[in-house]
Amino acid sequence: MTRDSATQDPVTRGARSRLARALRALPTLLRIGVAETVAYRGEFLVWILMATAPLVMLGLWSSVAREAPFRGYGSADFVAYYLANLIVRNITGSWVAWQLSEDIRLGTMAMRLLRPLHPFVAIAATHVAAIPFRAIVALPVAVVLLVSSGASALVHEPLQLALLLPSLALAWLITFSMMYALGSLAFFITKTMALTTLYFGLFSLFSGYLLPIPLLPGVLRGIAEVLPFRFMLSVPIELMTHSLSGRDLAELLGGQLAWAAATLALALGVWRFGLRRFESVGT
Amino acid sequence: MIRVEALKKHFSVHKRPPGFAAALKSLVRRTYETVKAVDGVNFTIERGERVGFLGPNGAGKTTTLKVLSGLLHPTSGTVQVEGHTPARREAAFLEAITLVMGQKSQLIWDLPPSDTYELNRAVFDVDRSQYDRTLRELTELLELAPLLQKPTRQLSLGERMKCELAAALLHGPTTLFLDEPTIGLDVAMQVAIRDFIRDYNHRHDATVLLTSHYMEDVVALCPRIIVIDAGVIIHDGDLRALVKQMDPDKRVSFTLTAAAAAIDDQALAKLGVLMKREAGRFTLRVADAEIPAVVGQLLGPLKAADLAIEDPPLEEVLRVMFGKAKPAVPVTP
Repeated sequence: MTRDSATQDPVTRGARSRLARALRALPTLLRIGVAETVAYRGEFLVWILMATAPLVMLGLWSSVAREAPFRGYGSADFVAYYLANLIVRNITGSWVAWQLSEDIRLGTMAMRLLRPLHPFVAIAATHVAAIPFRAIVALPVAVVLLVSSGASALVHEPLQLALLLPSLALAWLITFSMMYALGSLAFFITKTMALTTLYFGLFSLFSGYLLPIPLLPGVLRGIAEVLPFRFMLSVPIELMTHSLSGRDLAELLGGQLAWAAATLALALGVWRFGLRRFESVGT
Repeated sequence: MIRVEALKKHFSVHKRPPGFAAALKSLVRRTYETVKAVDGVNFTIERGERVGFLGPNGAGKTTTLKVLSGLLHPTSGTVQVEGHTPARREAAFLEAITLVMGQKSQLIWDLPPSDTYELNRAVFDVDRSQYDRTLRELTELLELAPLLQKPTRQLSLGERMKCELAAALLHGPTTLFLDEPTIGLDVAMQVAIRDFIRDYNHRHDATVLLTSHYMEDVVALCPRIIVIDAGVIIHDGDLRALVKQMDPDKRVSFTLTAAAAAIDDQALAKLGVLMKREAGRFTLRVADAEIPAVVGQLLGPLKAADLAIEDPPLEEVLRVMFGKAKPAVPVTP
């Protein structure tokens, strides 16, 4: 049953009107995001080139597996894994925690708060706008992957490949939300850099960034299964490199959906509670 | 309309003495101090009023403006702006207000101001034709045309302030919180901005609450002033009444011919308190009741020219006011 707007409660009406406003503003937000990305092109390139750790790991593990497969991973598997890793990380990576933390610490967040649009939406739009530019790195890597020995380890099932896009979108949302929550902690602890470094350490270990999760020791593998990091990076890689059953796909995508909802709620919750403590310093 | 009742905003601030030892000690044990930035403030501003908000550095002006614009949550008290509670930051509230902070920019640093304007148009959901009309008007009044396509980082402070003002007004707010809006501007542009604010206030019946260290801004724009010191309001009322209350004497300025300018200070002291003597130009402080007699003397025997009778400058009044340890004037609710 649908209700017209006149009979909806004010909270629902307010949420709908905010959503409608955000959707109307979206094209402009994306356009400004592109302009900002282009303006910061030097810094942007540095950011995307920094995500080259998988290449180092690729060199290391390929040489390990050259003679014989290592726990089921042959040389081609490692090539496919780490090149897919580079592509996924490139598309889903986020630096919003640094941006948010500095905006809060220096008080420049004040100007964002004067606009009737949640900063989560405004900043997310800027980041989404930058994604096509990340193709500068991701596309050549994809070409290398397709012509390399790793191509033989790639999955060819159309359904699984079709699910890659929503999986990447969910991985991006989980990553962005986690980083947004981390950045929002600046309301409470002012400088979040150390915390973000700790977070990145955990991410590197439990997301499959440094090595495939099945290669982790037993206890760590168990921990990785219950943490959100796997769903930020490893799941889209698994979709590209492992033939998965329908049940596995449902579990992985379902897990991503659940973590996206949880991390989004976490990000907005930390933001909401933190905002009460905002001191808007600097003037 | 703005209504503020018993507003308090306290901050907890980490304090430590200078030096390495103190820095190490602060790792283990920290001392916090409560700073009462705003401590029980009451005032009401009617729709369309222009009010100057004055006080020394750290008095609580900017904190109050930030609470009024929803950036800070009050520690206690009630704040209503155009029927909204600012801290809730409802869309209708944010559409009705604007905050210009001379020290802070809402312009996107690496993009031209026109991109920020376009962003604000989209976010504030301003009708395209209304946006075009307002932007045209603001561009003309503030002489923005040559600045719109330059990256913000390449604008001078004065140019940036003009662009800031336009960005803040594009959505047609009816309550303006202006924190040092003329900072960094040359005298001609200060005058232009003042005229613009007055004109905006008339045309939109907009409420204006202004802080400025340039007293000319306040004198030219604000019939009413609220003075805050150490988080407490020490005056709320007519600007001229404050000046009269603090210093009822007039300032009489005049020029004397070369021969008459040789007059000694003692002779002048009979007319009033000599405040300034500079290359034939004099300023005396004279009690209101003695003005006719003193003017008679000056225009008669002394043949004074360019005679002007003025109230004491606001800076002078405020200096006296803030120089006192305790509030000089009883709080006027």
